[in-house]
Amino acid sequence: MDITALLNALPGGVAQGLIWGIMGIGVYITYKILDIADLSVDGTMVLGGAVCITMLLKGYPMWLSMLSATVAGMLAGLATGIFHTFMGIPAILAGIITQFGLWSINLKILDDKANLAINAQKYNLMAHSGSLRTTDPANPLPFYENTIFVVAVCAIVIIGILYWFFGTERGASLRATGCNPNMSRAQGINTNVNKVIGLMISNGIVAFSSALLSQYTASVDINQGRGAIVIGLAAVVIGTALFDKIFKNFALKLVGVLLGGIIYYVVMRIILWFRVDTTLLKLFQALLVAIFLAVPYWKKGLSKYFAKPVKKGGQPDAKS
Amino acid sequence: MLRVENIYKTFNPNTVNEKKALDDVSLRLNEGDFVTVIGGNGAGKSTLLNALAGVWLVDSGRIYIDNINVTRLPEHKRAKYLGRVFQDPMMGTAATMGIDENLALAARRGKFRSLMPGITAKEKAHYKELLAELDLGLETRLTSKVGLLSGGQRQALTLLMASLKKPKLLLLDEHTAALDPKTAVKVLETTERIVQKDNLTTLMITHNMKDAIAHGNRLIMMNNGRIILDISGEEKKKLTVEDLLEKFAVASGKELDNDRMMLG
Ligand SMILES: Nc1ncnc2c1ncn2[C@@H]1O[C@H](COP(=O)(O)OP(=O)(O)OP(=O)(O)O)[C@@H](O)[C@H]1O
Ligand SMILES: [Mg+2]
Repeated sequence: MDITALLNALPGGVAQGLIWGIMGIGVYITYKILDIADLSVDGTMVLGGAVCITMLLKGYPMWLSMLSATVAGMLAGLATGIFHTFMGIPAILAGIITQFGLWSINLKILDDKANLAINAQKYNLMAHSGSLRTTDPANPLPFYENTIFVVAVCAIVIIGILYWFFGTERGASLRATGCNPNMSRAQGINTNVNKVIGLMISNGIVAFSSALLSQYTASVDINQGRGAIVIGLAAVVIGTALFDKIFKNFALKLVGVLLGGIIYYVVMRIILWFRVDTTLLKLFQALLVAIFLAVPYWKKGLSKYFAKPVKKGGQPDAKS
Repeated sequence: MLRVENIYKTFNPNTVNEKKALDDVSLRLNEGDFVTVIGGNGAGKSTLLNALAGVWLVDSGRIYIDNINVTRLPEHKRAKYLGRVFQDPMMGTAATMGIDENLALAARRGKFRSLMPGITAKEKAHYKELLAELDLGLETRLTSKVGLLSGGQRQALTLLMASLKKPKLLLLDEHTAALDPKTAVKVLETTERIVQKDNLTTLMITHNMKDAIAHGNRLIMMNNGRIILDISGEEKKKLTVEDLLEKFAVASGKELDNDRMMLG
C-alpha cells in the first residue's frame, strides 16, 4: 500500500465531500429543520446533472445551465410537497413517488440513454476532477479555477443565502413549522405552504449539487442518485454529531454539514486505499450512517444514567 | 364579539368509537367578557375551544367572531383573531427557537410572512420590557432557547405571545393544570393582569372550581357536549362551590365526575 496513492486521492475526496456536503445541506433543511425525511433527493441527485449537462451540450452558458438545474430540482420538491400536503400522502411515500417518477423524466432528459458524457476541456466545466491540481508545470492551474476552490465558494454562497433566509419572517416561520406545527398554526402560519417551500429549497440545493457532481465526473449517470439520501444523511449526522457542541450559529451548523461530507468522503477514500471489496462499500456506508443516526438516541439513553449526579451527603433532586 | 350558533361535532362517525362531542352548542360573548368553563371529563370543553380555533371544521352550525363568519376558515387563518394557550406547556412555543424569536413569531400573527428580517432590534427592546413585567427573570435570557424554560415560564411566555397582538378572543385550555400549585397561582395572576390590561374577551377552561368562581364575570358548565349552565352578573359573584355542585346535579341528573376536578 502506497501512501502517496492515498495522498493523491485526498484532494478528490475533499472535492467530492464538498459536493455531497452541499447535497447534505439540502437534506439538512428537510430532515433537521422541517422534520421530514425526503426521499425524492435520490431522483433529484440525477435530475440536476441531467439538466445541466444536457444544456451545456446544447451550447447554453454555464450560469443558465446551473440555474435551470436548480429550478428543475425545486419543481421536483414542489411535486413532493403537493403529494404530501395537498394530497395528504405521508412524507416518506410522497418522496418515493417523486423519486420513482423522476426516473422516467431523467431518462427523457438524457434522451433515453443511461448515461451521457461531456468533454471537460471543450465545455470549460467549472468543477471538473481534472482541475484539482496543476498537472502541467508549464501551465499552472490558477487557484480560482481549482475545483475545490470553486465548489467551496458555491457552498459558502449557498450557506450565506440560507443564513439570510432563515432569519427572515418567512424563514423563521419555516423553522417554527418544523419545530412545532400546532404552535405555528396557532400563530397564523400556513404550515402546508411552508413545508412545500422547504421541500423546494431543499431539492433545489440538491439539484445544484447534482449538477456540480456531473461536472466533476464529466458525465451524468441515471444511477448517480442511488442511495443519495444515505450519503446526504451521513454528512448531516456526522456534521451534527461532531460539531454541534462547538457550532451554535446556524451558518456554522451548515459548515458542520459540509465538513461532515468531507470527513465522510475522506474516510471512504481511506477505506478504499485498504483495498476493501468495493461491492461491500455500500454496506459499510449503511452501517456507518446507521451508527451515527443512533448517536443522539444513545446519548439520550445514557444521560438517564449519568445526568443526575448525587451530591455528597445530599438528597437526589426530588423534582424531575 | 363571539357568536356560536348550534354547532355540532361528532368524532369517528358511524364507527364503534362514535362520539358526539358537541351537541347543539350555542353561545354569545360580549366584548370584554371573561368566561370560565367547567365540566366533567370528556364534557366537550376542549372540543368547544378547538372548534372555535378551527383545529378541524364543525359538522354543522356557524361561528362568528366580531360578525365575521369564520365557520369554514382554516386554523391558520382564524389565528388572526385568536390568542391561545394550551394545557401542555410544550404545545404553545417552539422549543428550539429563542424566547425573542418566539415572541417575534407571535407579533406577526395574522400578517403575511415576508422576506423582511424575522426580528428587529427595536422589537427586542420592547420584548425585554414585556418580559420584565412577567417578573420571572426572562428579560435577561432573551435569546435562550424556550426548550430550556420551566413549564410555568413557558406558560407565562405563551400567554404573552397570545396577547402580544391583541386578539379578539383569548382561548385558555386548562393552561395552569400541568403546573405546580405555586406556579399555577402566579400564571393565573399574570392571566388576570393581561386580560385586564387589554380588556380581552376570554374563554378559560379550568378544573379548579374555586378559580372558575374567582375569575371572570361569567361561568358556563358543560356536560355531554352541551352547555348546561350559564351564570353571570351578581349571581356569579355570590356563587359557592356547593352551589355549583348542586346546580350540576340538578342540570345533569348526576354527580359531577372529573378525576382532576378540584373543589377548593
Ligand atoms: N380528536 C378526537 N378524536 C376522537 N375523539 C375525540 C377527539 N377529541 C376529543 N374526543 C372525545 O370527545 C369527548 C370530549 O372531549 P374533550 O377533550 O372536549 O373533553 P374535555 O371536556 O376537555 O375533558 P377533560 O376535562 O378531560 O379535558 C371525549 O369523549 C373525547 O374522548
Ligand atoms: Mg380538555
